[in-house]
Amino acid sequence: MTRTPTAEPGPAPAVADLATRVLAGDRLALTRAITRVENRRREAAALLQALTPHTGHAYLLGITGPPGGGKSTLTTALVTLLRARGDTVAIIAVDPTSALSGGALLGDRIRMLEFYDDPGVFIRSMASRGVLGGLSATTGDVARVLDAFGFDWVIIETVGVGQGEVAVAGLADTTLLIEVPGLGDDVQAIKAGVLEVADILVINKADKEGATKLATTLRGMLSLAHTPGWSPPIVQTVAATGQGVPELLAAIANHRGYLEHSGARTDRTRARLRAEVLDRAQELLTARLLGLMDGDAGFTAALAQLVARERDPASVAADLVARLAP
Amino acid sequence: MVTAIERKIRVLVAKPGLDGHDRGAKVIARALRDAGMEVIYTGLHQTPEMIAEAALQEDVDAVGLSILSGAHMALFPRVLAELHKRGMDDVLVCAGGIIPPDDVEPVRQMGIKGVFGPGTPMDEVVTFIRANVRPEGHA
Repeated sequence: MTRTPTAEPGPAPAVADLATRVLAGDRLALTRAITRVENRRREAAALLQALTPHTGHAYLLGITGPPGGGKSTLTTALVTLLRARGDTVAIIAVDPTSALSGGALLGDRIRMLEFYDDPGVFIRSMASRGVLGGLSATTGDVARVLDAFGFDWVIIETVGVGQGEVAVAGLADTTLLIEVPGLGDDVQAIKAGVLEVADILVINKADKEGATKLATTLRGMLSLAHTPGWSPPIVQTVAATGQGVPELLAAIANHRGYLEHSGARTDRTRARLRAEVLDRAQELLTARLLGLMDGDAGFTAALAQLVARERDPASVAADLVARLAP
Repeated sequence: MVTAIERKIRVLVAKPGLDGHDRGAKVIARALRDAGMEVIYTGLHQTPEMIAEAALQEDVDAVGLSILSGAHMALFPRVLAELHKRGMDDVLVCAGGIIPPDDVEPVRQMGIKGVFGPGTPMDEVVTFIRANVRPEGHA
């Protein structure tokens, strides 16, 4: 058998064509659009612009929690129920990039293999690529592409312990925070203040010793928190057997109903978009600042002054920012 | 804080077929990660359909097949056919594990560009992948 090249080599087809194919339901176009967006290639901007008017259909569900908490298994159990009622689901599984090598080992698919022949499920692994907070800088844009493609749900799964977990909450409509008995999570939760980001608390592996105690502790802490309008429920699950998963789905539906009836979903969307703009603006500014610093004679001189302790970093920074003006 | 991200090579490491030895696959997965690549590891007992579908969804630049069962002449063409069916002909496919010398050339002929036997230095694999993956901006 010989392999016959189809699209390659040759000039890349126009972005408009790629966007059209994504909207027409072409999975190859979808996966390649995601790559372009993730790699921040020049054509990504035009692609996102073409796709954005077609977004807004998907419900964004964030799932976060400690490593080994059962996020992927719980995701699989949720997807099984969602598929049973005919909903299509895309999953973005984000794992950390190794700070040493810049590489990443992405293994979440292993626990979701059963959907390989289901066209209603699409799983994409992403490496965080140096961004703290459990998300890659482009996760929001990748979710946008999947939304435009037409998935009913986009599930964003991130490893997180501590404040890093906040990032996914900024992106999702509903955020599940997974806790497991026996990890000392009660202390962790107080320390890192992660409870505030959870719309629903999930105690997974609830058949393990300590689940009831963990539930009591979490309930106690939630009662101290001020969450106007919505009190995060605590749902106990055993993802591996499916126990409690229908209840979890019901809790998600409740939260969705709350967001839609109270108008909070619109507020969240607005806050999310504002934060995304700020992020991107900061990146653009950083690039311009680096442009003013690298190989710049004035900055090299300022750096010498800094080393000689004749100046302080804040004043040099102020000079640098002043040079940004149009 | 990055605007233009350097190219990341994405590789799927999969074990087709029925043998249950994944030590080699795990070693290569780690080595590729340490070389700065993003490695998607899907584990044991993968059918050609599963491998090709994962390669599509992950949009990998390369697929590494690890096989020790002796079924390579049967399984590799099916993996390639499934990739072709999905329009993923531009993916670099490599194989490692136990492939008898007589089979190496036929395996290359069918479209598995890199064939690496036991004891191949990891650097050689990394260099081969870097040199042979599709150019960026594939559509």
